[in-house]
Amino acid sequence: MSELDAAHNRSVAADVPRKTPGRRADARARNHPAWWAFLVHRLSGLALAIFLPMHFWALGTALHGAAAFDSFLAVTQQPAFVFAEWGLVTLLAAHLIGGVRILLIEYRPWSGLRKDLIALTAGGALVAGLAFALSLTL
Amino acid sequence: MRAALSGWRVQRISAMVLALCVSVHLVTMIIVVHGGLSAGAILGRLHGNAAWALFYAVFVLAAAAHVPVGLRRIAEEWLGWRGAGVFAVSVLIGLMLALAGLRAVYALIGGPL
Repeated sequence: MSELDAAHNRSVAADVPRKTPGRRADARARNHPAWWAFLVHRLSGLALAIFLPMHFWALGTALHGAAAFDSFLAVTQQPAFVFAEWGLVTLLAAHLIGGVRILLIEYRPWSGLRKDLIALTAGGALVAGLAFALSLTL
Repeated sequence: MRAALSGWRVQRISAMVLALCVSVHLVTMIIVVHGGLSAGAILGRLHGNAAWALFYAVFVLAAAAHVPVGLRRIAEEWLGWRGAGVFAVSVLIGLMLALAGLRAVYALIGGPL
């Protein structure tokens, strides 16, 4: 009897939840491009969801006239705001392309791991971020 | 019922709309940020423009449908929060986003100059 079978028999006999050795979803299982793509998609989505109410509130200042809107825009010229803005644009691009990747995987015929789509997500987000930074600073 | 409540389809359909809206939004941002943002330039571009009003209204509603599903997934998978209460709170968040977003659209397109 193998060690695996012995462990199985022990868990069945004791009627405890089965613990198959070496099959935990630990860091090794997660260190894979698809898992990183999942994590980036989830964290970028969370960041955008937190940002959205602030974005709407900020744009709503235009209800008090162009002067009020301008005084808010002046605050956003500070380096910290500009940096956050750039980060959000990059995350938005990553969430967009990563989202299209998910739609393609779910709605189109199955065709392997398609790590090219993950590379496209990273590359596309980089391009969008750099284009925004360039337009911002030039 | 379970599938309907999970929001899977809502998230995917809204994602398809958002893919178009976000693409337009990214290009717009990259163009308009050049030379700095000003109320005059933003309101000059948007005020009274029905096409932009329709675009941003669709954008807001798609985002308001999309965000609650994602937040619910995070609540379930990372925090272990599930059930009718969590569902109700997520729907409330969606409704508040829709209201705040449509208010912002109105502020820029139909508000004072």
